[in-house]
Amino acid sequence: MKNIIAMIGAAAVALTLSVPGAFAAEEMAAQPTHFPMEEPVEQDWSFAGPFGKYDKGQLQRGLKVYTEVCSACHSLKRVAFRNLEELGYSEEQVKSFAAQYDIEDGPNADGEMFTRPGLPADHFPGPYANEEQAKAANNGAVPPDFSLIAKARGVERGFPQFIFDIFTQYQQGGPDYIHALLTGFGQEPPAHLAVPEGLHYNPYFGAGVALAMAQPLYGEDVTYDDGTPSTLDQEARDVAAFLMWAAEPSLAERKEMGFRVMIFLVVFSIFLYIAKKQVWSRVEH
Amino acid sequence: MSSLEHHGTYTPTSGIGKWIDARMPLPRLMYDSFVAYPVPRNLNYAYTFGGILSLMLVAQILTGVVLAMHYTSDTGLAFTSVENIMRDVNHGWLLRYMHANGASFFFFAVYLHIFRGMYYGSYKAPRELLWILGCIIYLLMMATGFMGYVLPWGQMSFWGATVITGFFTAFPVIGDPIQQFLLGGYAVDNATLNRFFSLHYLLPFMIAGVVVLHVWALHVTGQTNPTGIEVKSKTDTVAFTPYATVKDSFAMMVFFAIFAYFIFYLPNYLGHPDNYTEANALVTPAHIVPEWYFLPFYAILRGITFNIGPIDSKLGGVLAMFGSIAVLFVLPWLDTSKVRSADYRPWYKLFFWIFVADAIFLGWLGSKPAEGVYTSLAQIATAYYFIFFLIILPVLGLIEKPRRLPNSITEAVLERNRASGAQQVTGSAAASPENRG
Repeated sequence: MKNIIAMIGAAAVALTLSVPGAFAAEEMAAQPTHFPMEEPVEQDWSFAGPFGKYDKGQLQRGLKVYTEVCSACHSLKRVAFRNLEELGYSEEQVKSFAAQYDIEDGPNADGEMFTRPGLPADHFPGPYANEEQAKAANNGAVPPDFSLIAKARGVERGFPQFIFDIFTQYQQGGPDYIHALLTGFGQEPPAHLAVPEGLHYNPYFGAGVALAMAQPLYGEDVTYDDGTPSTLDQEARDVAAFLMWAAEPSLAERKEMGFRVMIFLVVFSIFLYIAKKQVWSRVEH
Repeated sequence: MSSLEHHGTYTPTSGIGKWIDARMPLPRLMYDSFVAYPVPRNLNYAYTFGGILSLMLVAQILTGVVLAMHYTSDTGLAFTSVENIMRDVNHGWLLRYMHANGASFFFFAVYLHIFRGMYYGSYKAPRELLWILGCIIYLLMMATGFMGYVLPWGQMSFWGATVITGFFTAFPVIGDPIQQFLLGGYAVDNATLNRFFSLHYLLPFMIAGVVVLHVWALHVTGQTNPTGIEVKSKTDTVAFTPYATVKDSFAMMVFFAIFAYFIFYLPNYLGHPDNYTEANALVTPAHIVPEWYFLPFYAILRGITFNIGPIDSKLGGVLAMFGSIAVLFVLPWLDTSKVRSADYRPWYKLFFWIFVADAIFLGWLGSKPAEGVYTSLAQIATAYYFIFFLIILPVLGLIEKPRRLPNSITEAVLERNRASGAQQVTGSAAASPENRG
């Protein structure tokens, strides 16, 4: 069996290695067809790796960036206020946070819709009443909902990177992408590149040379409660981590459970191997 | 070896055991199938995937039944119901990641199982029906996997369903009616999602039914083994329990450890980010790619970019894709060699490994855009795929000179152990000292 696996591996490596180099040259010329034009730089995240968990302070800072900047255009409809307790807030803090929002409810006994302060069970209300309103306010482009954006974005990892990713447990393509995009505005597009009118050039954008969103963060956009300097890099990093939490709130629980499960499976495998050795020692095979 | 003598001699000892045995001998069937059943003594770990696959089917059904309790098959609610499973159902994230990655590992195991069958010539007489039943299981798995991927109603779900059901429109006259019948309308919509959910729940039980036939056929003909020689005497075999049971259990646990590694540390590695965006009929993703286990066939489909007489490239691609699976069904009659195992067929062994590399290469090409050099490479790889089955296999059996076969499994085992010197040779069945080659 060892031989078989080794041969499959060797054959795959040999065949795939020979291909990409051969025609990389012809892709270089003219307008790019492959996006993003620049790969995101991999960042250090507290939630990476087998023992990763979210940095609550960072999530609180990210929440602040989201509520004070991003939420003007982007909804977060799958996250409830009660979930914010996972960021380290007390029940009381969550209640008063939720109460800042006006939530439409109803109909009441008279058949009328009414507005009331938010409760922990409510979800984040969006900035627009409906998609048409969002379109009208943004030149026809709908700002995407942010609940899953950190898992819905990611740059394709070519060969052989995707093999290494199995061993490094790389699952941070989304936050890396968000961080790169948010810090990638404001660059001069290369001279030969045609940037459509009304769009904003960003070499890290995954679907074209430019996007509808203008640069949202410049640094000093928020004042952090914990005194962290709010540089552009810091803000981008914090909001990316916050969005990863919003997309994958069970990450820490998953990795903790995974460690216990892996220990069980490995130890049980060892025991079974010893039992197998013992049983088969009775017969030549 | 005394345990062997129990085969077919189930003797209930307790009163209730005798009472049941006289009325419905299910315990006897179980005993004869999974305890006393003789298996060749020289099986290697490539033969453990049958057991692993049965367990994966059970795991998929169990997680799937619970997921179905929380899932809503309505286009307006499906995506949200899956997110509720991820966020609000107790351990829902675990169930969903187990089920989604379980599908991938099910296919991973089935591919290794199929390659093992091809390497050791397991499909040859008298095991043709056993092989064909396996092909039917694989076909049902593909249908189940495809429909399951549609259920979360993400962008890849929707567009994958659109592309794959669109294959049928390639057929003249009957194509459009077939597509509308499958979709329940003119496009992928609520009717499609509902019937896919219904069928996705039904098909695994059909798979389980065919698995029973597959195992039945296996237990009639007995297993093949790495030498490809039939079992001739009792010394060629060992009892299923404890020998195969403990070995299969060990292999399963190693397989599960790798499976768990993906569930807990790389749950979205095998998925596509676009499927975390809700389906939108107005926005087409830049690259529509199927799940990894369909990629080789996707590459074959897109490799046919030219017309062949009256067959246009679209129909040609669809025919090539269906043909690449159909050819598996007739494999027992394409291979003309009397020798089963590739261990004794030097040329077949070489072409087999090129075929494995070719299949993996096709998978990689399937994930690339269908343009430029990728298309040419896909055409070359597709050509080898069919040449392997339709030309190499029939011709090779006639011209290849196989290595000398041992007289029995026991002889092969003793010979190998003597040659390696790793284990002491005991027993009287000593073989001639000359080398296998």
